[in-house]
Amino acid sequence: MGTFLLSLISGIFIGGAAGYLGTLMLSRRMALVAGPLGHLTLPGIALALIWGLDVSVGAFPFVILGVVLIWLLEMKTKLPMEALTALVFASGVAIAFLLLPMEQAETALVGDISKVDLHGTALSVIASLAIIVTLMRAYPRMILGNISEELAAAEGINVRRYNFLYLFLIAVIVALGVKMVGGLLTAALVAIPPSAARNVSTNLKQYALGATAIGAGSAVVGIVMSQITGFPAGPLVILVSAAIFLLTMPFAR
Amino acid sequence: MAQDDEQVLQVSDLNVTLEGQAVLENLTFTVRQGEVMTILGPNGAGKTMLLRALLGTLPYEGRILWKKGMRIGYVPQRLPYIKNIPLSVTDFFALRRNGGADVDEMLHAVGLGAEAGKKRISDFSSGQFQRILIAWALAKDPDVLLFDEPTTGIDIGGEETVYGLLARLQRERNLTMLIVTHDLAVVHRLSSMVLCLNRQLVCTGPPLGTLTPENLRRLYGTEVKFYEHKHG
Repeated sequence: MGTFLLSLISGIFIGGAAGYLGTLMLSRRMALVAGPLGHLTLPGIALALIWGLDVSVGAFPFVILGVVLIWLLEMKTKLPMEALTALVFASGVAIAFLLLPMEQAETALVGDISKVDLHGTALSVIASLAIIVTLMRAYPRMILGNISEELAAAEGINVRRYNFLYLFLIAVIVALGVKMVGGLLTAALVAIPPSAARNVSTNLKQYALGATAIGAGSAVVGIVMSQITGFPAGPLVILVSAAIFLLTMPFAR
Repeated sequence: MAQDDEQVLQVSDLNVTLEGQAVLENLTFTVRQGEVMTILGPNGAGKTMLLRALLGTLPYEGRILWKKGMRIGYVPQRLPYIKNIPLSVTDFFALRRNGGADVDEMLHAVGLGAEAGKKRISDFSSGQFQRILIAWALAKDPDVLLFDEPTTGIDIGGEETVYGLLARLQRERNLTMLIVTHDLAVVHRLSSMVLCLNRQLVCTGPPLGTLTPENLRRLYGTEVKFYEHKHG
């Protein structure tokens, strides 16, 4: 019961922070960046599992590597994002499968929140809260930068600084997200809650609150269902949010 | 170089290179207080790039010197990403650093009713959206307005056109304006100075003496038929 409660707490915070951050990624059509980043964490997860570390701790250096790669490739080449995704995806999965003990493949691919301990939970809660607080403070400026770098610059906003912050927050949420939903499903964790919230929102507040609530709520329902059915929580969390998205579809504007 | 008090902007030897290609070459010009300068040129002439360089979002060589303390408002051509976000007009104004000035008052200044504040940005027509962008730029009480290709004359039913609106705002607020446009009629109706741009400076001066058939040929590469609009 103790672990179940810890996994619920972790899920609420990670899911909520991912949904909130997703509202920014969606506005820039960058939600899918979380996909290749998630895949790239697989070798890190593999190492963490082998060495008995917290999955997020193993994933983090790799996701930072991914952010730097994306940033460099975006600056240096005009390669389409799809090609980059394929490259990064394949490399991440390939390396992971060289390292990964087969019996732990499922944990790496779709996550295993049921194994969190007190330290892991504390880490997730603190990092998620840091993301949420940072976002609350910087949200108007980040939204403005997403809408138009020129408008933001005319407002005296240092766009580069906020772009960097944005990528850093993505790195943190991906590292946290892989614990709950694994390397394969992180993109959905940030993309689906804001998509559903957008369908039913008429203003920014509803959108941000809605995405946060749907992210946290999906995590709770998914983890509870996992406890009842014995299926892994990661896929269930994603499926719950997908179901919520379907329910909001008739209201899409 | 001593700076004249009346000068709002001084650009010298401005060069912008993107991916190895020169986008702007050796631009030198000044803009004075209260002047309305139109930037005229064919597609791909670097007009938008010039505005971006002036805003400081593009790396450049040379010198761009704004008078100290100038507040610069920018009205972009379009904002493709804005419709991805559920954003009401009030939300949009709240994104500004110092929050909204009086949103209703700003909307009123550009000919929109106060009820517009609650509506979602994506529900407006492109002409109305442009007014919202103008109102947004005005909200910080700018000294200078940079305006990228306002859509022309699409308003219906006796409403003030965007250009009428700009002319009125210029009178009422003594704004300095830089307006990128394709529309020669606008250049004559609105501007006191014109800057003809095709990567390099082709010609500059008051529109009447500057936009000669010869200069327009140099600017656009072909004969441009031009009729001066007469308005009563």
